[in-house]
Amino acid sequence: MKLPSIAERLAGNRFHLDEECSHITIDQDLARSTGTAERIIAACPAGVYSLSEDDSVLIEYAGCLECGTCLAIASPGVLTWRYPRGGFGVQFRDG
Amino acid sequence: MTEPDFDVIVVGAGIAGSVAAYQLAQAGLSVVLIERGESAGSKNLSGAVLYPRVLTDIFPTFLNDAPIERKIDRNKIIFLNENSWVGLDYGDHRLYDAGTAVTVLRAHLDSWLADQAESAGAMVMTGVRVDSLLRENGRIVGVVAGDEQLRSHVVIAADGANSFLARDAGLRPQPTTTQQAVGIKALIKLGSSVIEERFDLSTDQGVAYAIVGDCTQGLAGGGFLYTNTETISVGIVLRLDELVASQRRSVDVFDHYLTHPYIDALLRGGELLEYGCHLVNEGGQAMMGPLVFDGLVIAGDAAGLTLNTGLTIRGMDLALGSAVASAQAVIEALAKGDTSAHGLANYTTYLSQSFVGQDMKLYSKAPHFLENQRLYGDYGQLLADVLHGVFNLDTTPHRHLLATAHQALKNSGIGLTQLVKDGFAGMRAL
Ligand SMILES: Cc1cc2nc3c(=O)[nH]c(=O)nc-3n(C[C@H](O)[C@H](O)[C@H](O)COP(=O)(O)OP(=O)(O)OC[C@H]3O[C@@H](n4cnc5c(N)ncnc54)[C@H](O)[C@@H]3O)c2cc1C
Ligand code: SF4
Repeated sequence: MKLPSIAERLAGNRFHLDEECSHITIDQDLARSTGTAERIIAACPAGVYSLSEDDSVLIEYAGCLECGTCLAIASPGVLTWRYPRGGFGVQFRDG
Repeated sequence: MTEPDFDVIVVGAGIAGSVAAYQLAQAGLSVVLIERGESAGSKNLSGAVLYPRVLTDIFPTFLNDAPIERKIDRNKIIFLNENSWVGLDYGDHRLYDAGTAVTVLRAHLDSWLADQAESAGAMVMTGVRVDSLLRENGRIVGVVAGDEQLRSHVVIAADGANSFLARDAGLRPQPTTTQQAVGIKALIKLGSSVIEERFDLSTDQGVAYAIVGDCTQGLAGGGFLYTNTETISVGIVLRLDELVASQRRSVDVFDHYLTHPYIDALLRGGELLEYGCHLVNEGGQAMMGPLVFDGLVIAGDAAGLTLNTGLTIRGMDLALGSAVASAQAVIEALAKGDTSAHGLANYTTYLSQSFVGQDMKLYSKAPHFLENQRLYGDYGQLLADVLHGVFNLDTTPHRHLLATAHQALKNSGIGLTQLVKDGFAGMRAL
């Protein structure tokens, strides 16, 4: 079976995007100095994190699947991560 | 003191929360069940093989009425190597007849369970995120959601593996990365006739594959593949410490698994419908910790109640068991008028007397055993090498099985003593 790309997979999921506020914020300096940036970029199954040209971490929070992995492996203080506001975020059709 | 709005507030309409709310409402208590998803189950994801015994006790017609997919009476255990695999195929009609295990899809099952709670009289609030526990004079007196405060005699935190409510209130430590794993799953549509033909199944019969080895590229964890009515649930579970140390992309490990020739053949012609991930607690008994506080009990995954025995991931049945135990303790505490930690303490007692406590204890050595690296590569290769020696009839003079096995063991570098030790540890842990 040919696997769709992550972007295509996420496009097939149902999301209610909270356009007003992101549920993830990052301390860029700390992300770099603690090595958290590399860890979360590699570990996130939804490809939410990537590195921009100036080495800062970009966060595509709209595609977050809300597992909590990034927070669990981040060094303390790097991420502010909480569940999206009620009714927002991924809504699995089957789960 | 402000009058409570409800007897009990249950946070999280997963399996634990909905069933606890159902039991409490059945007992005539005023209950609100609060869920952050737009509907119950919309945030939830499991493999998922459910051992429904607790549910059939509560809802005798569960197997006919609830949205279940297939009855699992075949279990396959596969050691996957890069270019070979060795499997064990266990089929047993007794499992089918007894309805011991069924596949489910959580979005459907959970909303059915929340409906049962609502019919029993619980108020179900979906699309509401609880932000924190409300605390006064050291005891939990309700929850905060946005600008609102809701008060109750007891709060049941059934908010899942991340257990943020108790953690943010300083009542539970943050687990270590050895105690947590990430599960990544895809739902693949094949259609029922293809599934039945390909897996040799009758109409509502199903098969569950437990897979170790190359599915995680040697990282601690495992793979699964379960048949639903029209779809296949396929995924991996990766322990966080190993995933991080390997510096691999979790997506690459997942895709490597799905495109492994063994799995690829099972999914051929399929269409990926949904993709998701979720944390799994794997610390076993060691990560349970205190589950009862003044005005608060913690149930299900939030309490660390998951068992990974390597061959089965169990969490849903433990969530159910803890829902029943917590509801019973809360009902009694309210009747006595003592909802302090002391008044609620029977939760822990009922839990440890039930199959949940017994099994958590029984498998308390499993997490340590599963840290053994050799399980995720060496042993699968060893088995394949022994069988290769048996079946590789290429005109070179053959050897007896024992000599073949001996040679394979030698090549594997594991050593006989280690093999015996691991075997013995496995027997004791699993
Ligand atoms: C990939 C994978 C495969 C698995 N396979 C199996 C399997 O085959 N068999 C098995 O038995 N178990 C399996 N498990 C484990 C199983 O999924 C869990 O043990 C089970 O879901 C626990 O149920 P729960 O009700 O405790 O928690 P959850 O199902 O996680 O429910 C928690 C609920 O709380 C809600 N919530 C959380 N925070 C808030 C808040 N602040 N406000 C409002 N609502 C909130 C969530 O949205 C959710 O609905 C698997 C897990 C994974 C990840
Ligand atoms: S919660 Fe999971 S899906 Fe969301 S950003 Fe973190 S790792 Fe990625």
